[in-house]
Amino acid sequence: MDKITTDICIVGAGPVGLFAVFEAGLLKMRCHVVDALPAVGGQLSEIYPKKPIYDIPGFPEVLAGDLVKNLEQQIAPFHPTFTLGERVDDLEKLDDGSFIVRTVAGTEIACKVVVIAGGLGSFEPRKPAIEHLDKYEKNGVEYMVRDPEHFRDKRVVISGGGDSALDWTIFMAGLCKELTLVHRGTTFRGAPESAAKVLSMAEEGQINLILKSNVTEVHGEEKLEAVTVMVDNTTPHQIEVDNFIPLFGLVPKLGPIEDWGLELEKNAILVNTEDYSTNIPGIYAIGDINTYPGKLKLILCGFHEAALMAQSAYNIIYPDKKFVLKYTTVNGIQELQA
Amino acid sequence: MKDAINIYVEQDGGERIELEAPLDMNLSVMEVLKANEFPVQAVCGGMAICATCHVEVLQSGELPDMSDDEAYMLETLPHATDTSRLSCQLRVTPELDGLVVRIMPEA
Repeated sequence: MDKITTDICIVGAGPVGLFAVFEAGLLKMRCHVVDALPAVGGQLSEIYPKKPIYDIPGFPEVLAGDLVKNLEQQIAPFHPTFTLGERVDDLEKLDDGSFIVRTVAGTEIACKVVVIAGGLGSFEPRKPAIEHLDKYEKNGVEYMVRDPEHFRDKRVVISGGGDSALDWTIFMAGLCKELTLVHRGTTFRGAPESAAKVLSMAEEGQINLILKSNVTEVHGEEKLEAVTVMVDNTTPHQIEVDNFIPLFGLVPKLGPIEDWGLELEKNAILVNTEDYSTNIPGIYAIGDINTYPGKLKLILCGFHEAALMAQSAYNIIYPDKKFVLKYTTVNGIQELQA
Repeated sequence: MKDAINIYVEQDGGERIELEAPLDMNLSVMEVLKANEFPVQAVCGGMAICATCHVEVLQSGELPDMSDDEAYMLETLPHATDTSRLSCQLRVTPELDGLVVRIMPEA
Protein backbone atom coordinates (compact mmCIF):
# COMPACT_ATOMS: atom_id res chain seq x y z
CA MET A 1 0.00 0.00 0.00
CA ASP A 2 1.39 3.38 -1.04
CA LYS A 3 1.51 6.32 1.34
CA ILE A 4 1.98 9.75 -0.18
CA THR A 5 2.38 13.10 1.56
CA THR A 6 1.74 16.34 -0.30
CA ASP A 7 0.31 19.84 0.12
CA ILE A 8 -2.68 19.49 -2.23
CA CYS A 9 -4.41 16.33 -3.38
CA ILE A 10 -6.15 17.01 -6.68
CA VAL A 11 -8.93 14.57 -7.52
CA GLY A 12 -9.21 14.43 -11.30
CA ALA A 13 -6.46 14.73 -13.92
CA GLY A 14 -8.52 16.54 -16.56
CA PRO A 15 -7.47 19.92 -17.96
CA VAL A 16 -8.66 21.82 -14.90
CA GLY A 17 -6.98 19.43 -12.44
CA LEU A 18 -3.72 19.71 -14.39
CA PHE A 19 -3.85 23.51 -14.57
CA ALA A 20 -4.50 23.59 -10.81
CA VAL A 21 -1.01 22.06 -10.41
CA PHE A 22 0.39 25.09 -12.27
CA GLU A 23 -1.44 27.68 -10.19
CA ALA A 24 -0.49 25.85 -6.98
CA GLY A 25 3.11 25.48 -8.17
CA LEU A 26 3.50 29.22 -8.70
CA LEU A 27 2.74 29.56 -5.00
CA LYS A 28 5.18 26.76 -4.07
CA MET A 29 2.50 24.25 -3.16
CA ARG A 30 3.12 20.63 -4.13
CA CYS A 31 0.39 18.55 -5.74
CA HIS A 32 -0.49 14.90 -6.06
CA VAL A 33 -3.12 14.10 -8.69
CA VAL A 34 -5.43 11.06 -8.56
CA ASP A 35 -7.62 9.83 -11.40
CA ALA A 36 -9.74 6.73 -11.98
CA LEU A 37 -8.62 6.68 -15.61
CA PRO A 38 -5.23 5.22 -16.48
CA ALA A 39 -4.07 8.37 -18.32
CA VAL A 40 -4.18 12.12 -17.66
CA GLY A 41 -6.49 14.42 -19.61
CA GLY A 42 -9.90 13.23 -18.44
CA GLN A 43 -12.60 13.61 -21.09
CA LEU A 44 -10.14 15.27 -23.45
CA SER A 45 -7.98 12.15 -23.65
CA GLU A 46 -10.71 9.58 -23.17
CA ILE A 47 -13.55 10.88 -25.30
CA TYR A 48 -12.39 13.42 -27.87
CA PRO A 49 -8.58 13.61 -28.17
CA LYS A 50 -8.80 14.37 -31.91
CA LYS A 51 -11.53 17.00 -31.66
CA PRO A 52 -10.55 20.66 -31.98
CA ILE A 53 -11.40 23.12 -29.21
CA TYR A 54 -11.92 26.72 -30.27
CA ASP A 55 -12.48 28.61 -27.01
CA ILE A 56 -9.13 28.39 -25.26
CA PRO A 57 -7.81 31.98 -25.07
CA GLY A 58 -4.83 32.44 -27.36
CA PHE A 59 -5.44 29.23 -29.29
CA PRO A 60 -7.71 29.79 -32.33
CA GLU A 61 -7.87 26.01 -32.57
CA VAL A 62 -6.24 23.29 -30.51
CA LEU A 63 -6.82 19.54 -30.52
CA ALA A 64 -8.03 18.28 -27.14
CA GLY A 65 -5.14 15.80 -27.00
CA ASP A 66 -2.62 18.57 -27.75
CA LEU A 67 -4.07 20.79 -25.03
CA VAL A 68 -3.45 17.98 -22.55
CA LYS A 69 0.14 17.57 -23.79
CA ASN A 70 0.72 21.31 -23.45
CA LEU A 71 -0.68 21.32 -19.92
CA GLU A 72 1.61 18.44 -18.95
CA GLN A 73 4.56 20.44 -20.28
CA GLN A 74 3.36 23.57 -18.48
CA ILE A 75 3.17 21.85 -15.07
CA ALA A 76 6.37 19.80 -15.44
CA PRO A 77 8.55 22.34 -13.51
CA PHE A 78 6.38 21.73 -10.45
CA HIS A 79 6.98 17.97 -10.46
CA PRO A 80 3.47 16.80 -9.64
CA THR A 81 3.07 13.16 -8.68
CA PHE A 82 0.23 10.95 -9.90
CA THR A 83 -1.88 7.97 -8.92
CA LEU A 84 -3.66 6.92 -12.10
CA GLY A 85 -6.16 4.11 -12.68
CA GLU A 86 -7.42 4.31 -9.09
CA ARG A 87 -10.72 5.93 -8.18
CA VAL A 88 -10.81 7.87 -4.94
CA ASP A 89 -12.99 6.21 -2.38
CA ASP A 90 -12.72 7.55 1.11
CA LEU A 91 -11.88 10.86 2.76
CA GLU A 92 -10.85 11.26 6.38
CA LYS A 93 -10.48 14.63 8.09
CA LEU A 94 -7.90 14.56 10.85
CA ASP A 95 -8.00 16.59 14.06
CA ASP A 96 -5.29 18.98 12.83
CA GLY A 97 -7.50 19.92 9.84
CA SER A 98 -5.51 17.89 7.31
CA PHE A 99 -6.92 15.03 5.26
CA ILE A 100 -6.24 11.46 4.23
CA VAL A 101 -7.63 10.59 0.79
CA ARG A 102 -7.86 6.86 0.06
CA THR A 103 -8.29 5.18 -3.30
CA VAL A 104 -10.11 1.94 -4.04
CA ALA A 105 -6.71 0.26 -4.32
CA GLY A 106 -5.77 1.41 -0.81
CA THR A 107 -3.32 4.17 -1.76
CA GLU A 108 -3.30 6.85 0.94
CA ILE A 109 -2.61 10.50 0.26
CA ALA A 110 -1.99 12.73 3.28
CA CYS A 111 -2.61 16.40 2.38
CA LYS A 112 -3.57 19.76 3.81
CA VAL A 113 -5.97 20.65 1.02
CA VAL A 114 -8.22 18.57 -1.26
CA VAL A 115 -9.20 19.96 -4.65
CA ILE A 116 -11.97 18.09 -6.45
CA ALA A 117 -11.65 18.56 -10.20
CA GLY A 118 -13.64 15.48 -11.09
CA GLY A 119 -15.42 16.72 -14.23
CA LEU A 120 -18.33 14.45 -15.06
CA GLY A 121 -17.47 12.24 -12.11
CA SER A 122 -16.60 8.61 -12.55
CA PHE A 123 -18.35 6.23 -14.90
CA GLU A 124 -20.46 3.74 -12.94
CA PRO A 125 -22.61 0.86 -14.22
CA ARG A 126 -26.15 1.88 -15.09
CA LYS A 127 -28.63 -0.02 -12.94
CA PRO A 128 -32.02 -1.04 -14.33
CA ALA A 129 -35.09 0.00 -12.36
CA ILE A 130 -35.99 -3.36 -10.82
CA GLU A 131 -37.43 -3.43 -7.32
CA HIS A 132 -35.17 -4.94 -4.60
CA LEU A 133 -32.29 -5.30 -7.06
CA ASP A 134 -29.91 -3.74 -4.55
CA LYS A 135 -30.78 -6.40 -1.98
CA TYR A 136 -28.92 -8.99 -4.07
CA GLU A 137 -25.90 -6.89 -5.02
CA LYS A 138 -22.86 -9.08 -4.34
CA ASN A 139 -25.31 -11.89 -3.56
CA GLY A 140 -26.08 -12.90 -7.11
CA VAL A 141 -26.43 -9.57 -8.91
CA GLU A 142 -23.27 -8.21 -10.57
CA TYR A 143 -23.04 -5.13 -12.77
CA MET A 144 -19.78 -6.08 -14.42
CA VAL A 145 -17.80 -9.20 -15.09
CA ARG A 146 -14.53 -8.91 -13.22
CA ASP A 147 -13.54 -12.58 -13.29
CA PRO A 148 -15.51 -14.89 -15.60
CA GLU A 149 -14.33 -17.89 -13.54
CA HIS A 150 -16.66 -16.65 -10.81
CA PHE A 151 -19.55 -17.82 -13.01
CA ARG A 152 -18.21 -21.28 -13.88
CA ASP A 153 -20.94 -23.96 -13.66
CA LYS A 154 -23.47 -21.33 -12.56
CA ARG A 155 -26.90 -20.59 -14.01
CA VAL A 156 -26.59 -17.05 -15.31
CA VAL A 157 -28.94 -14.51 -16.88
CA ILE A 158 -27.32 -11.59 -18.72
CA SER A 159 -29.51 -8.68 -19.71
CA GLY A 160 -28.65 -5.98 -22.25
CA GLY A 161 -28.03 -5.54 -25.95
CA GLY A 162 -24.78 -3.62 -26.20
CA ASP A 163 -21.32 -4.88 -27.01
CA SER A 164 -20.45 -5.93 -23.49
CA ALA A 165 -23.65 -8.02 -23.19
CA LEU A 166 -22.83 -9.74 -26.50
CA ASP A 167 -19.14 -10.23 -25.76
CA TRP A 168 -19.68 -11.72 -22.33
CA THR A 169 -22.48 -13.97 -23.60
CA ILE A 170 -20.10 -15.39 -26.21
CA PHE A 171 -17.24 -15.71 -23.76
CA MET A 172 -19.19 -17.31 -20.92
CA ALA A 173 -21.38 -19.68 -22.95
CA GLY A 174 -19.01 -22.61 -22.49
CA LEU A 175 -18.27 -21.70 -18.89
CA CYS A 176 -21.72 -21.44 -17.34
CA LYS A 177 -23.99 -24.35 -16.59
CA GLU A 178 -26.82 -22.45 -18.22
CA LEU A 179 -26.66 -19.03 -19.85
CA THR A 180 -29.60 -16.87 -20.89
CA LEU A 181 -29.37 -13.52 -22.68
CA VAL A 182 -32.41 -11.26 -22.32
CA HIS A 183 -32.66 -8.30 -24.70
CA ARG A 184 -35.52 -5.83 -25.00
CA GLY A 185 -35.10 -5.42 -28.78
CA THR A 186 -35.23 -7.79 -31.70
CA THR A 187 -31.89 -6.80 -33.19
CA PHE A 188 -28.45 -5.91 -31.86
CA ARG A 189 -26.70 -2.73 -32.88
CA GLY A 190 -23.35 -3.87 -31.57
CA ALA A 191 -20.55 -5.37 -33.65
CA PRO A 192 -22.36 -7.35 -36.43
CA GLU A 193 -20.09 -10.40 -36.08
CA SER A 194 -20.82 -10.62 -32.33
CA ALA A 195 -24.56 -10.34 -32.97
CA ALA A 196 -24.40 -13.08 -35.65
CA LYS A 197 -22.40 -15.30 -33.30
CA VAL A 198 -24.94 -14.89 -30.49
CA LEU A 199 -27.83 -15.71 -32.83
CA SER A 200 -26.11 -18.84 -34.12
CA MET A 201 -25.22 -19.95 -30.59
CA ALA A 202 -28.88 -19.62 -29.68
CA GLU A 203 -29.91 -21.70 -32.69
CA GLU A 204 -27.45 -24.41 -31.70
CA GLY A 205 -28.80 -24.42 -28.17
CA GLN A 206 -25.57 -23.26 -26.52
CA ILE A 207 -27.40 -20.35 -24.92
CA ASN A 208 -30.99 -19.30 -24.33
CA LEU A 209 -31.84 -16.09 -26.12
CA ILE A 210 -35.01 -14.24 -25.12
CA LEU A 211 -35.71 -11.22 -27.33
CA LYS A 212 -38.35 -8.48 -26.97
CA SER A 213 -38.23 -9.08 -23.23
CA ASN A 214 -37.08 -7.49 -19.99
CA VAL A 215 -36.08 -8.79 -16.60
CA THR A 216 -38.71 -7.25 -14.34
CA GLU A 217 -38.37 -8.99 -10.98
CA VAL A 218 -35.70 -10.61 -8.84
CA HIS A 219 -36.44 -13.22 -6.18
CA GLY A 220 -34.66 -15.05 -3.37
CA GLU A 221 -34.42 -15.40 0.40
CA GLU A 222 -30.86 -14.38 1.27
CA LYS A 223 -29.27 -14.64 -2.12
CA LEU A 224 -30.65 -14.41 -5.63
CA GLU A 225 -32.60 -17.53 -6.63
CA ALA A 226 -34.70 -16.56 -9.63
CA VAL A 227 -35.59 -13.74 -12.01
CA THR A 228 -38.84 -13.01 -13.79
CA VAL A 229 -38.57 -12.22 -17.47
CA MET A 230 -41.53 -10.44 -19.02
CA VAL A 231 -41.62 -12.07 -22.45
CA ASP A 232 -42.97 -9.88 -25.26
CA ASN A 233 -43.81 -7.50 -22.43
CA THR A 234 -46.88 -9.58 -21.65
CA THR A 235 -46.01 -13.08 -20.41
CA PRO A 236 -44.06 -13.51 -17.17
CA HIS A 237 -41.56 -16.36 -17.22
CA GLN A 238 -39.54 -17.30 -14.16
CA ILE A 239 -35.97 -18.57 -14.52
CA GLU A 240 -33.99 -20.11 -11.66
CA VAL A 241 -30.55 -18.53 -11.54
CA ASP A 242 -27.41 -18.18 -9.46
CA ASN A 243 -26.42 -14.89 -11.06
CA PHE A 244 -28.07 -12.00 -12.85
CA ILE A 245 -25.76 -9.63 -14.74
CA PRO A 246 -27.47 -6.49 -16.08
CA LEU A 247 -25.06 -4.90 -18.61
CA PHE A 248 -26.51 -1.51 -19.51
CA GLY A 249 -23.41 0.56 -20.06
CA LEU A 250 -21.90 3.22 -17.86
CA VAL A 251 -23.23 6.52 -16.63
CA PRO A 252 -21.22 9.37 -15.12
CA LYS A 253 -21.91 9.72 -11.40
CA LEU A 254 -20.32 11.59 -8.52
CA GLY A 255 -19.50 8.21 -7.01
CA PRO A 256 -18.10 7.99 -3.47
CA ILE A 257 -17.57 11.78 -3.35
CA GLU A 258 -21.33 11.96 -2.86
CA ASP A 259 -20.85 10.61 0.67
CA TRP A 260 -18.12 13.01 1.78
CA GLY A 261 -20.56 15.41 3.43
CA LEU A 262 -20.28 18.06 0.73
CA GLU A 263 -23.21 20.30 -0.03
CA LEU A 264 -24.60 19.19 -3.38
CA GLU A 265 -27.02 20.69 -5.88
CA LYS A 266 -28.22 18.80 -8.96
CA ASN A 267 -25.40 16.26 -8.74
CA ALA A 268 -22.73 18.96 -8.55
CA ILE A 269 -20.75 20.36 -5.61
CA LEU A 270 -21.93 23.73 -4.38
CA VAL A 271 -19.08 26.23 -4.00
CA ASN A 272 -18.45 29.78 -2.85
CA THR A 273 -17.36 31.80 -5.89
CA GLU A 274 -14.95 33.86 -3.80
CA ASP A 275 -12.45 30.99 -3.79
CA TYR A 276 -14.37 27.88 -5.01
CA SER A 277 -14.34 26.43 -1.52
CA THR A 278 -16.97 23.90 -0.49
CA ASN A 279 -18.85 23.74 2.79
CA ILE A 280 -15.95 21.72 4.27
CA PRO A 281 -12.96 23.95 5.07
CA GLY A 282 -9.91 22.76 3.13
CA ILE A 283 -11.90 21.14 0.33
CA TYR A 284 -12.34 23.00 -2.96
CA ALA A 285 -14.21 22.00 -6.11
CA ILE A 286 -13.30 23.39 -9.53
CA GLY A 287 -14.34 22.76 -13.12
CA ASP A 288 -17.37 20.86 -14.38
CA ILE A 289 -18.01 19.14 -11.04
CA ASN A 290 -18.97 22.33 -9.16
CA THR A 291 -21.98 24.59 -9.37
CA TYR A 292 -22.81 28.16 -8.39
CA PRO A 293 -25.15 30.83 -9.70
CA GLY A 294 -24.06 31.58 -13.26
CA LYS A 295 -21.90 28.47 -13.60
CA LEU A 296 -20.65 27.75 -17.11
CA LYS A 297 -19.14 24.36 -17.85
CA LEU A 298 -16.20 25.62 -19.87
CA ILE A 299 -12.53 24.69 -19.62
CA LEU A 300 -11.56 28.35 -19.45
CA CYS A 301 -13.87 28.92 -16.46
CA GLY A 302 -12.25 25.93 -14.75
CA PHE A 303 -8.82 27.52 -15.29
CA HIS A 304 -10.02 30.73 -13.65
CA GLU A 305 -11.46 28.75 -10.75
CA ALA A 306 -8.11 26.98 -10.31
CA ALA A 307 -6.30 30.33 -9.94
CA LEU A 308 -8.68 31.60 -7.26
CA MET A 309 -8.63 28.27 -5.45
CA ALA A 310 -4.83 28.35 -5.29
CA GLN A 311 -4.61 31.76 -3.61
CA SER A 312 -7.14 30.63 -1.00
CA ALA A 313 -5.42 27.27 -0.45
CA TYR A 314 -2.17 29.20 0.12
CA ASN A 315 -3.65 30.64 3.31
CA ILE A 316 -4.26 27.12 4.61
CA ILE A 317 -0.89 25.69 3.65
CA TYR A 318 1.15 28.76 4.65
CA PRO A 319 -0.99 30.33 7.39
CA ASP A 320 1.84 32.58 8.58
CA LYS A 321 2.81 34.01 5.20
CA LYS A 322 1.10 36.88 3.45
CA PHE A 323 -0.18 36.16 -0.02
CA VAL A 324 1.39 38.24 -2.78
CA LEU A 325 0.25 37.82 -6.36
CA LYS A 326 3.23 36.83 -8.52
CA TYR A 327 3.27 37.61 -12.22
CA THR A 328 5.06 35.03 -14.36
CA THR A 329 6.23 37.81 -16.68
CA VAL A 330 8.09 39.39 -13.76
CA ASN A 331 9.24 36.31 -11.88
CA GLY A 332 9.25 33.60 -14.50
CA ILE A 333 8.60 30.06 -13.34
CA GLN A 334 10.52 28.96 -10.29
CA GLU A 335 10.90 25.22 -10.42
CA LEU A 336 9.97 23.25 -7.33
CA GLN A 337 12.50 20.67 -6.27
CA ALA A 338 11.52 17.18 -7.31
CA MET B 1 -39.80 32.04 -42.65
CA LYS B 2 -40.51 31.57 -38.96
CA ASP B 3 -37.74 32.33 -36.51
CA ALA B 4 -38.85 29.81 -33.91
CA ILE B 5 -40.66 26.49 -33.68
CA ASN B 6 -42.82 24.96 -31.00
CA ILE B 7 -41.86 21.86 -29.05
CA TYR B 8 -44.18 20.15 -26.58
CA VAL B 9 -43.26 18.25 -23.45
CA GLU B 10 -45.91 15.77 -22.34
CA GLN B 11 -46.27 15.44 -18.58
CA ASP B 12 -47.26 12.28 -16.72
CA GLY B 13 -50.92 13.30 -16.67
CA GLY B 14 -50.96 13.82 -20.44
CA GLU B 15 -50.80 17.61 -20.25
CA ARG B 16 -48.53 19.13 -22.91
CA ILE B 17 -46.32 22.11 -22.11
CA GLU B 18 -45.51 24.29 -25.12
CA LEU B 19 -41.97 25.57 -25.52
CA GLU B 20 -40.71 28.05 -28.06
CA ALA B 21 -37.39 27.08 -29.61
CA PRO B 22 -35.53 29.74 -31.62
CA LEU B 23 -34.08 28.58 -34.92
CA ASP B 24 -31.15 30.98 -35.09
CA MET B 25 -29.11 29.70 -32.14
CA ASN B 26 -28.10 26.23 -33.33
CA LEU B 27 -29.69 24.71 -30.23
CA SER B 28 -30.40 21.07 -29.53
CA VAL B 29 -33.69 19.94 -28.03
CA MET B 30 -31.71 19.07 -24.88
CA GLU B 31 -30.55 22.69 -24.59
CA VAL B 32 -34.11 23.94 -25.06
CA LEU B 33 -35.32 21.58 -22.31
CA LYS B 34 -32.54 22.70 -19.96
CA ALA B 35 -33.16 26.37 -20.73
CA ASN B 36 -36.77 25.82 -19.70
CA GLU B 37 -35.64 24.16 -16.47
CA PHE B 38 -36.88 20.68 -17.16
CA PRO B 39 -35.09 18.02 -15.08
CA VAL B 40 -32.68 17.01 -17.81
CA GLN B 41 -29.19 16.45 -16.48
CA ALA B 42 -27.28 16.20 -19.76
CA VAL B 43 -24.14 15.51 -17.78
CA CYS B 44 -21.88 15.14 -20.82
CA GLY B 45 -23.02 18.37 -22.43
CA GLY B 46 -24.23 16.89 -25.71
CA MET B 47 -21.71 14.27 -26.78
CA ALA B 48 -24.11 11.29 -26.72
CA ILE B 49 -22.10 9.54 -24.03
CA CYS B 50 -24.25 9.73 -20.90
CA ALA B 51 -27.89 9.30 -22.02
CA THR B 52 -29.07 11.64 -19.27
CA CYS B 53 -31.14 13.60 -21.82
CA HIS B 54 -33.14 10.59 -23.00
CA VAL B 55 -36.61 11.41 -24.38
CA GLU B 56 -39.37 9.39 -25.97
CA VAL B 57 -40.68 11.02 -29.15
CA LEU B 58 -44.49 10.84 -29.07
CA GLN B 59 -45.22 12.84 -32.22
CA SER B 60 -43.00 14.33 -34.90
CA GLY B 61 -42.38 14.97 -38.56
CA GLU B 62 -39.28 13.51 -40.08
CA LEU B 63 -36.47 13.27 -37.55
CA PRO B 64 -32.76 13.39 -38.35
CA ASP B 65 -31.10 9.97 -38.68
CA MET B 66 -29.37 8.56 -35.65
CA SER B 67 -25.60 8.56 -35.53
CA ASP B 68 -23.97 5.26 -34.54
CA ASP B 69 -23.03 6.82 -31.21
CA GLU B 70 -26.63 7.70 -30.41
CA ALA B 71 -27.99 4.35 -31.59
CA TYR B 72 -25.42 2.48 -29.57
CA MET B 73 -26.10 4.52 -26.45
CA LEU B 74 -29.86 3.96 -26.74
CA GLU B 75 -29.26 0.25 -27.23
CA THR B 76 -27.59 0.00 -23.84
CA LEU B 77 -30.46 1.68 -21.96
CA PRO B 78 -32.70 -0.70 -20.03
CA HIS B 79 -35.93 1.23 -20.60
CA ALA B 80 -35.58 2.76 -24.08
CA THR B 81 -38.51 2.39 -26.47
CA ASP B 82 -38.73 2.21 -30.26
CA THR B 83 -39.10 5.98 -30.41
CA SER B 84 -36.43 6.88 -27.89
CA ARG B 85 -33.90 9.56 -28.81
CA LEU B 86 -31.14 11.46 -27.08
CA SER B 87 -32.44 15.03 -27.09
CA CYS B 88 -28.89 16.39 -27.38
CA GLN B 89 -28.70 14.86 -30.85
CA LEU B 90 -31.89 16.54 -32.12
CA ARG B 91 -31.04 19.95 -33.61
CA VAL B 92 -33.78 22.57 -33.56
CA THR B 93 -34.72 22.89 -37.26
CA PRO B 94 -38.00 23.84 -39.02
CA GLU B 95 -38.68 20.11 -39.58
CA LEU B 96 -38.97 19.63 -35.82
CA ASP B 97 -41.92 22.05 -35.45
CA GLY B 98 -44.66 20.38 -33.42
CA LEU B 99 -42.37 17.77 -31.87
CA VAL B 100 -43.88 16.13 -28.78
CA VAL B 101 -41.55 14.41 -26.33
CA ARG B 102 -41.75 12.78 -22.95
CA ILE B 103 -38.71 13.10 -20.69
CA MET B 104 -37.59 9.61 -19.71
CA PRO B 105 -36.54 8.83 -16.16
CA GLU B 106 -32.89 8.12 -15.60
CA ALA B 107 -31.89 4.54 -14.98
